[in-house]
Amino acid sequence: MIARHNSLIVNIACRVIVPFIFLYALCVIMFGHYSPGGGFQGGTILAAGVILMRLCLGKEASYKKFPPRLGLILGGIGILIYSGTGLAALLAGGNYLDYAALPVQGMDIPDRRYYGILFVELGVALGVFGVLTSIFDSLTKEK
Amino acid sequence: MKWLGIILIALFAAFLFYAEADMPAYGDPGAPGSVHVTPEYIERTYEDTHTPNIVTSVLADYRGYDTLGETTVIFTAGLICYLLLGGWKRNDS
Repeated sequence: MIARHNSLIVNIACRVIVPFIFLYALCVIMFGHYSPGGGFQGGTILAAGVILMRLCLGKEASYKKFPPRLGLILGGIGILIYSGTGLAALLAGGNYLDYAALPVQGMDIPDRRYYGILFVELGVALGVFGVLTSIFDSLTKEK
Repeated sequence: MKWLGIILIALFAAFLFYAEADMPAYGDPGAPGSVHVTPEYIERTYEDTHTPNIVTSVLADYRGYDTLGETTVIFTAGLICYLLLGGWKRNDS
C-alpha cells in the first residue's frame, strides 16, 4: 500500500527534486560519450525519479503523471530502437549493428558510429527506464 | 546438514584461493587479457568512433551484440514480473 506521504515538506521536496533528477538523467545519457554514464545508468536514474514520485505523491497522483502500463511499452520501444538501428545498418548493406553502414548522406564513418552509439544508448535508456518502473509497479500492485 | 554446508563453503574458498595464485598480477600489462584486443581498442577508439570514452565505444559499438542481449534480458525480467505479479487480467473461459 503506497499512499500519499502525510508531510508537506516531503511532498514539496519531491516536487522540487524530481525534475532535476530527470534533467540529470538526460545529462548522464547524453554525455555518455565523454564521461562515465550512458544508457543503463541514465535509465536507472530516470526510473529512480518516477519511483520517488510514486513513493511521495501516492498512487493516484503519480499514476496520472506516469501511467503504470506505459512502462513495458517504453521498454519495448527502447529495444525496438536498439535493434532497429542494427537492422537499418543490415538493410543498408553492412553487418548487423555495424553503424558505419548506416545510410546517412554527407557524414563520414566515425561520425556515423558516433550517432549510432547515441541512438543505441537512447534505446537502452528507454528500455531500462520502462522496465524498472514496470517492475516497481508490478511489485507494489494491490490485489 | 548445516555443517556440511559450512565445510563445502570452506573447501570451495580454499579452492578459489589456490586457483587465485595463478592469476596475473593486478594491472599487469602483459596479462593475457591486456594483450589480445585491448590495445587495438585503446589506440583506435577515437579514430573509429570519435568517442573519447572507451567504455562507451566498447559497450555500444565493438560489443554491440552483447549490450543488445543485456537489454533483452532486462526487458524479459520486466515482462516476467508483469506476467507473474502485475496486471494480467484473467478473463479466460
